[in-house]
Amino acid sequence: MTRRQRVTQWPFWSMLWKEFVQMRRDRPTLAMMIGVPAIQLVLFGYAIQTEVRHLPTVVLDESHSSESRALVSSLENTGNFTIVGEVRDRVELQERLESGAAEAAVVFDPQFEHDLKRGRAAHAQVIVDAADPLASNGAIAGASQAGAARSLDLLRTVGRGGPSIDVRVRPWYNPGLKSSVYIVPGIIGVLLSMTLVVINSMAIVRERERGTLEQLVVTPIGKTSLMLGKIVPFLLVGYVQITIILVLGRLLFNVPILGSLTTLYLMAFPFIVANLALGLLVSTIAETQAQAMQMGLLVLMPNILLSGFMFPRQAMPVLAQWIGAMLPLTYFLKILRGILLKGIGMEVLWREALILCGFAVGLIALSVRRFRKTIE
Amino acid sequence: MSAPIQAAPPAILTHGLRKTFGASVAVEGLDLEVGRGEVFGLLGPNGSGKTTTIRMLCGLIEPSAGQATVVGIDVIREPEAVRWRIGYMSQRFGLYDDLTVAENIRFYAGVYGLAGAERTERIARQLEWFSLAGRANQRAGELSGGWKQRLALACATSHDPALVFLDEPTAGVDPASRRLFWSLIRRQAEAGMTVLVTTHYMDEAARCDRLALLSRGHLFAIGTPESITQQFGLPTIEDVFIELQRRDEGVVV
Repeated sequence: MTRRQRVTQWPFWSMLWKEFVQMRRDRPTLAMMIGVPAIQLVLFGYAIQTEVRHLPTVVLDESHSSESRALVSSLENTGNFTIVGEVRDRVELQERLESGAAEAAVVFDPQFEHDLKRGRAAHAQVIVDAADPLASNGAIAGASQAGAARSLDLLRTVGRGGPSIDVRVRPWYNPGLKSSVYIVPGIIGVLLSMTLVVINSMAIVRERERGTLEQLVVTPIGKTSLMLGKIVPFLLVGYVQITIILVLGRLLFNVPILGSLTTLYLMAFPFIVANLALGLLVSTIAETQAQAMQMGLLVLMPNILLSGFMFPRQAMPVLAQWIGAMLPLTYFLKILRGILLKGIGMEVLWREALILCGFAVGLIALSVRRFRKTIE
Repeated sequence: MSAPIQAAPPAILTHGLRKTFGASVAVEGLDLEVGRGEVFGLLGPNGSGKTTTIRMLCGLIEPSAGQATVVGIDVIREPEAVRWRIGYMSQRFGLYDDLTVAENIRFYAGVYGLAGAERTERIARQLEWFSLAGRANQRAGELSGGWKQRLALACATSHDPALVFLDEPTAGVDPASRRLFWSLIRRQAEAGMTVLVTTHYMDEAARCDRLALLSRGHLFAIGTPESITQQFGLPTIEDVFIELQRRDEGVVV
């Protein structure tokens, strides 16, 4: 019996060996697997890199004080703001912003200096046209920088326990302000979803088109061996892609890697498997490679739009949030951002990891169930 | 009391095998018995149910009704058990174009459970038997029809199956290659392998030990090539075939 059991393992190893030989020889696909992440990253990355400088800014100074003027010049010194004029009231401010003549405004309340003299925190407001999130990011960075600089100056002159300046940024037109750094880690997730689902589904449909699948299903290879034989090689591809994006992201765009890479690679496992299984599922439905490609793109759209990659999920209607909750990418994005940008690990992200494992197991089971060793 | 020595079960035994696709009947109540070591030909015009029959016997499609045992195993209840014992060569050959000749054999041998020294030895044997040794390291995609066909047979038989199904194996292959291929089939049969082959070529039909003629899913005649021509009172199998096709499709030749 043991010999028999050993023998039944060979179909799987044979399948695995064949997939690797084929992968090595399929230069165009190999180039796509490695080239696409690199190209996408550079495209997205440089679009994000466009730093916002010299945002045209108007000033509404109701305090008319030396302190307010000092803060305005601090703001200008950061290079993110260029003062293009003063406005008299809120109405005029709104007109300037709406017409696009200004993209930011600095507002001082009448009691700005008063507060400072009383030793209270003085509030200055920076209003940004956040329809362009990049612009608002520039504004936030500049404003907090200037505020901190002025506070430090005041601290030096007045001494400990003195007043501080609190510059508050109010993003208009886009309350769910999104930071651009969120996008780079997100690219890892989106790319994996895109390439793995499409490549894997096409790999099986190609066998069907060429008639080798018909040949395979009459052999004693088990359904699970067949599916796993298709999944394992591409798992490796997934890890190669993650590594490429991380290395390029670090070298070209200084993407922070605050958390543990080991944790990230570990948690990527169920995500990659889930996507490959999704590809298998697509391949059980699609009959031609062209169909598989289109279905792959169909999967891609909700992943980009609803997972939180581009737009914050909190701002979405409930239905869209539900759809987003059914996408593995939604959870992997939290993991990516958490590990890379916040430096958190398993102790916080275990729930997302568990959900991804659920997706992986569920999708594999579903595609094995759907796959038939018959050709009707 | 010793149990009576049982003869090996027939290679193929079907009873009332039937397959419908929607409203159309592909195979209607097929009763077939094929003995061990026979070269058995399945003949009939396009759409007569040859491929459907083979696919049912391989467990590729499920019969709508009836029974079928292949090398003594119930195909409908235990399709996976049957698969270790049979080989199958489809009209499309099922070769991987991007693998070499030797790699294709290696892959299928492995899928059929062969490994290690046994597999290495088997690959060498198949390369030699099927006159493929000269191109062992050439990609299958670069081969011509006759070579592909021999490679497909080598892949389908590397695990020494008791029974091999050949679905129109010689379609589109030149006469010299067909002749070589048939000598290979006969050698396999002499070694004890049962061969079930479908064909359109009448000279090939005449090379079979026995034939079954299918027409619109019905078994029309069964027997040796000689007995069939006698039964129809026609000089050759080709004449019988054309007569069948005339009745099936209204083709006047």
